[in-house]
Amino acid sequence: MDSPVNREEPLVTVEGVSFNFRTNRVLVEVSLSIMRGDFLAIIGPNGSGKTTLIKIILGLLSPLRGEVRLLGQRTGTFTLWEKVGYVPQKATQVDPFFPASAREVVATGLLSGKGFPRLTSRRDEHVIDRALDQVDMLALKHRRIGELSGGQQQRVFIARAIVNNPEILFLDEPTTGVDAETQERFYDMLDSLNRNNGITIALITHDVGVVTKHVNKVACLNQRLVFHGSHEEFCNSEAIREMMPGEYHLVCHRH
Amino acid sequence: MESILAYGFMVRALVAGIFIAGACAILGVFLLLRRDAMIGHGLAHVTFGGIALGLMLHILPLAVALTVAILCALGILALKEKAGIYGDTAIGIFSSIGMAIGIILATLAGNLNVDLLGYLFGNILAIEVIEVWISVILAGVIIIAVALFYQELFYLTFDPESARASGIHAKCLDRLLAVLTAVTIVLGMKIVGVLLVSALIVIPSAAGLQLAANFRHAIITSSIVATGSVIAGLIMAFYWDLPASGVIVILSFLCFLLLFSLRLMRKPI
Repeated sequence: MDSPVNREEPLVTVEGVSFNFRTNRVLVEVSLSIMRGDFLAIIGPNGSGKTTLIKIILGLLSPLRGEVRLLGQRTGTFTLWEKVGYVPQKATQVDPFFPASAREVVATGLLSGKGFPRLTSRRDEHVIDRALDQVDMLALKHRRIGELSGGQQQRVFIARAIVNNPEILFLDEPTTGVDAETQERFYDMLDSLNRNNGITIALITHDVGVVTKHVNKVACLNQRLVFHGSHEEFCNSEAIREMMPGEYHLVCHRH
Repeated sequence: MESILAYGFMVRALVAGIFIAGACAILGVFLLLRRDAMIGHGLAHVTFGGIALGLMLHILPLAVALTVAILCALGILALKEKAGIYGDTAIGIFSSIGMAIGIILATLAGNLNVDLLGYLFGNILAIEVIEVWISVILAGVIIIAVALFYQELFYLTFDPESARASGIHAKCLDRLLAVLTAVTIVLGMKIVGVLLVSALIVIPSAAGLQLAANFRHAIITSSIVATGSVIAGLIMAFYWDLPASGVIVILSFLCFLLLFSLRLMRKPI
């Protein structure tokens, strides 16, 4: 993608969103925007509503109050699914005996862009191969997903999420249970997708260290939006200490 | 084999059996991987109540059983989704009620017992021409429906949350799968009976999952195990005068055992 990215264009607008789970408040009056080209980290302690927020944006949950627009459309009537990629929490904790090859998993990513009946064409095979190649998994495309390592599974799920060349990619704690070296390679890959492919990324993570190195925007949630700003502002803010008590030594890298 | 095909009832049994077993195996793979294997068992019990009702009202028992099974399949789904009741609990509730109603109806109309026994244990060798046509058409509808929605059903089975987040109408497909399962159970009941019909869904599918490298492979292997068991079972039942239902289930179990052993030999778990 060589065309300049219009960073003033909001791909996601969340306005005054509240959500309760039974009698528990999960999100309270959360408002934020994700602009085109952003690499946004959504951080916060357990139970702070990070996953709920992503699910509301994707229309998997309905908010108690507030409004969400994704790519300019309300989530209740959203139709541009092929422009959105999603890697859910625990995506890599797949049933080791599930009979799905890496290729079959990536092929499901193409469904959102197809009419009925959603059959796979020869062109699709090429697109699937290209997505797998992009995450260095082409050689293992016929391998059963449960036989792959956590890091490899993660790459397959990323390939599924980007196979339609989406405009925005949501990832929910994608590095859980993956070793540090694989995590680093994974974040480098996300960097490349953001910078070279122009894909806007919203990433939920607990890994504050990685956040300060790779992302350009940070949103801190603790039921309410505690902080939302640039990476530089985050590095100089007290938000992280308020949210996660304890000693943190932040090393902020320049972007 | 030539002598078997000379008998009309064997040809009818083979044609209906192959189609129904194929449909059971294909659907079974989805149900097993969705941890819904026991829905077959539950709906079979419900179907027993439907058959008893049909016999009592002198309405085509299969039609009544089909209606009752579809309504109960949708009811089980509604209990799971809206009432926050676990799937196996919902299945347990519906299956018990279905069986209880069947027993009460059979007792009230004492002369139903002989007919009901045929449905309990299955008797594919007694299948009528019209029933063969119904079985082939319905099994064909099931196979075509699964083929048309194959990718969506696979996605929903593998990763339901991501499937829903990609715009797939999960609720509609869940209902479609429930209806197809109900139809399959009623058809399968004709081959092996109420008591063993869930085996026709579970065992060939479990066998197909043992060595499958991918989903398509699992579906193909399950179908081969199911249809092969029906063909071999009918032949053995014919020559050795054995009950076809029992032989078919035992043969599919032996296939499962073989593939399971091969998996253990191939790679330790």
